[in-house]
Amino acid sequence: MQILTIVLQIAILLAIVLLHVAYATYFERKIIGHMQVRLGPMMVGYHGLLQPIADGIKSFFKEDIVPEQADRPLFLFAPVICLVTMLTSLAVIPFAKGWVLADINIGLLFIFAMSSLASYGVILAGWASNSKYTFLGGLRSMAQVISYELPLGLSLVGVMMLSGSLNLTTIVDSQGSSFSSMYLFPQLIGFFVFFVAMLAETNRVPFDLPEAETELVSGYITEYSGMRYALFFMAEYIGMMVMSSIGTICFLGGWNGPFEVPFFPPFWFILKVYGFLFLFIWIRATLPRYRYDQLMALGWKLLLPLALLNIFLTGLFKILVH
Amino acid sequence: MEPIGIAKELQKKFPDSISEITTHRGQVALMVERTPIVEMCRVLKTDYQMNHLNCLCGVDNLSRKMAHGERFEVVYQLYSIQNRVTLRLKAQVPESDPSIDSITCLWSGANWLERETYDFFGIVFNGHPNLQRILTAEGWEGYPLRKEYALRGDTEWKGFIELKEKARQLSKFDFYGAQVEQE
Amino acid sequence: MTETKTVDIPVQNGDEDRYQLKLGPQHPATHGVLRVDLDLDGETIVECDPKVGYLHRGFEKLAEHRTFAQNIVLTDRLDYIAAMSNNVGYCEAVEKLLAIEVPERAKFLRVMVCEMSRISSHLLWLATHALDIGAMTVFLYCFREREVLLELFAELCGARLTTTYTRLGGVRQDVTHSIMAKLDQFVEKFPSCIEEYETMIDTNRIWLKRTIGIGQLSAEKAVDLCLTGASLRGSGVDYDVRKHMPYAAYDKMEFEVPVGETGDTYARYRCRMEELRQSNYILRQCIDMMPPGPIVGNDAPDLVMPIKPGKQLEVDVHAGNALFNLIEDRNVFMEGDIYVATEVPKGELGFYFISDGLGRPYRMHIRSPSFLHIGALGTMGKGVMVADLIAIIGTLDVVLGECDR
Repeated sequence: MQILTIVLQIAILLAIVLLHVAYATYFERKIIGHMQVRLGPMMVGYHGLLQPIADGIKSFFKEDIVPEQADRPLFLFAPVICLVTMLTSLAVIPFAKGWVLADINIGLLFIFAMSSLASYGVILAGWASNSKYTFLGGLRSMAQVISYELPLGLSLVGVMMLSGSLNLTTIVDSQGSSFSSMYLFPQLIGFFVFFVAMLAETNRVPFDLPEAETELVSGYITEYSGMRYALFFMAEYIGMMVMSSIGTICFLGGWNGPFEVPFFPPFWFILKVYGFLFLFIWIRATLPRYRYDQLMALGWKLLLPLALLNIFLTGLFKILVH
Repeated sequence: MEPIGIAKELQKKFPDSISEITTHRGQVALMVERTPIVEMCRVLKTDYQMNHLNCLCGVDNLSRKMAHGERFEVVYQLYSIQNRVTLRLKAQVPESDPSIDSITCLWSGANWLERETYDFFGIVFNGHPNLQRILTAEGWEGYPLRKEYALRGDTEWKGFIELKEKARQLSKFDFYGAQVEQE
Repeated sequence: MTETKTVDIPVQNGDEDRYQLKLGPQHPATHGVLRVDLDLDGETIVECDPKVGYLHRGFEKLAEHRTFAQNIVLTDRLDYIAAMSNNVGYCEAVEKLLAIEVPERAKFLRVMVCEMSRISSHLLWLATHALDIGAMTVFLYCFREREVLLELFAELCGARLTTTYTRLGGVRQDVTHSIMAKLDQFVEKFPSCIEEYETMIDTNRIWLKRTIGIGQLSAEKAVDLCLTGASLRGSGVDYDVRKHMPYAAYDKMEFEVPVGETGDTYARYRCRMEELRQSNYILRQCIDMMPPGPIVGNDAPDLVMPIKPGKQLEVDVHAGNALFNLIEDRNVFMEGDIYVATEVPKGELGFYFISDGLGRPYRMHIRSPSFLHIGALGTMGKGVMVADLIAIIGTLDVVLGECDR
């Protein structure tokens, strides 16, 4: 019975998240469209509201082309790795007080582990396609993940030190419900490092080197088509959502808001996550792309020292207070 | 200095190599031998600041009505950005030995222009670093801008025939190809 | 036991670190069908070998078999994003060869359409250059203004891209009040649009990082590589055909030639942005100073198309001359050769003509700037990273239709 409940919960969560992913693409296309003096999708449904569903149906029924020279098992498996790891990390995210599938004590660590695993999917996709562009995209992704995983993890060490826990619910609780007690203010450096590393981790502009369309055609997804392409796409959007959720939980006070919304506690959480998503899209519409070596330099020479400094300052602060 | 003055001075320096100075619509052209062309260009470039190579192209004189010298010409259009004068050298290249020295040592931009001239006229540039066909396809036969080369031939280019054959072989991967194979 | 397939990395000359990549001819950043063969060491380019010819249509051969008037349509297909400039360049050359007078109004109209096409071409350059570097929004901003100009072209001559607007001795259509009013509106508004693009990228740190010091050329090197246009002026060489050998009504126009200093991608970018402003200023002068009068000269050869299209290949002396109403005491097709250069958005477009007295050019050579710019790519692309190569292709502003001819 208990297992059945959990399965039901998982099913509900997946359904809701995938619906959100579908409409996050719509959200992105609409916003970026209006930022770029055009309209975005308009034809399917009222103001293109049914466009994500049409896209889903289209990619589901498209022919799934596997290149003849590709490493077939890996090629078929790579997008699944990406999607599954991203979906798994959803399990530990608390959407509201008690609204969490698995309230484990190492929640933050779990998410890092999963998002690192997702990069295997990218690398394997780049390798298995047996094409030069995908291979370069895979290599870039590997280098990028290694360089940005470190500052990303280190930037959250300050949060862990302040809250004294890796459990995501505890982190939110320890921030309290008032505006000024959000970790954003004591952890300003940490937040900055986290935000930049988050963009890089999710392969978004200005760090979208693995799939830089004008250099590597489409990077590691060049050879994919149909549903498998859509799986990568979904993984990217779920990745964005997971990262936004972590940002919300660790720095913006999670589900706490100015007032309690009756019947729907995750209201503020979702609002903050969409705020993050909007930032992602805004940045995409604004910034050019970094070069590979500049990206590395930024990661190792700026973000990593800053994250370490943040840890040092947080530690100093804790010692002084006690 | 006026271009005609430069032409006269150049004629003094290379008395044997410049056969004719012509002016047409205010543009001065020199009919020159092919042997000292690099030296001549170097003198123009260093002494007269003719530092910009406007244009380098070949000409086939086979069916030309007006008076001309050898079968081929290589035309060098030079311009001085500082002094704003322009001068044209027309080097004569005989049909029996269509070759001339390369001026890539003076202008590296001439590299592609000479390749193009080789591609279209078959004029060989001695000392060129990479004299290959450039605009026509690999394995092209003949030199298209020579006058005897017909505008429209009676056979397909052999590369195109090979391509069609390859397309036929690969058509089994086509969406309809598999069905055609079965029939 | 299934057969294992391995991903094989080509090894060249025993150097196992090299990775061969054939960028193009189908690639989003190569502006058409440019192919660049690269030898990579990691992401750094060791060898860079551009290959062209995928769009070769044999214009120079074709032109020898067509009359002077018929060849105007071929020039549309050279630099297909600034066809007006090519039309003007071709007609200026032929008119100088045949000594045909152009009336004043036609000269001003030519300057006007030239500058319109320069703005439209530079806008496309900015759009694609920014897109290559990753700034997507500028792309669409530029297309917004370019659309206005293309609509104006369509209103002026019926086509947006392949215009064939000029004819020997003048232009084909006179401007209407509606066109002038719309152009006036555009000229009024355009400077604020340039500022809009600049706020997007000009001070953007990532943009600066991606452009400053990339593809740097000294003035000597740029001249040595036979670069022209903004690619040359970015290196500090003041060479603009509009000032050096004025054609059409450029001698009556007041404008400056922006010259860069550093010779890198950013300097070339700044040069072209300033050129946009100068072009806009020239357009303003055209609108204000447009003289009245005929648009085709009185003694210009009457343009008649061949009677039967199938017969044009066998045009002989008489048929060739029949295309023009010859004026008694003038030999239209004088023998001789000429090189006339014009400043198109990409650089110096030159036509070298030999006329041997028939109605067709005996030889027509097109000195296309893109051809030489791509030739320079092999030198500029060595030792940079793949992403920089894309930026350099963008900054040289090449069009393959013009390069391959």
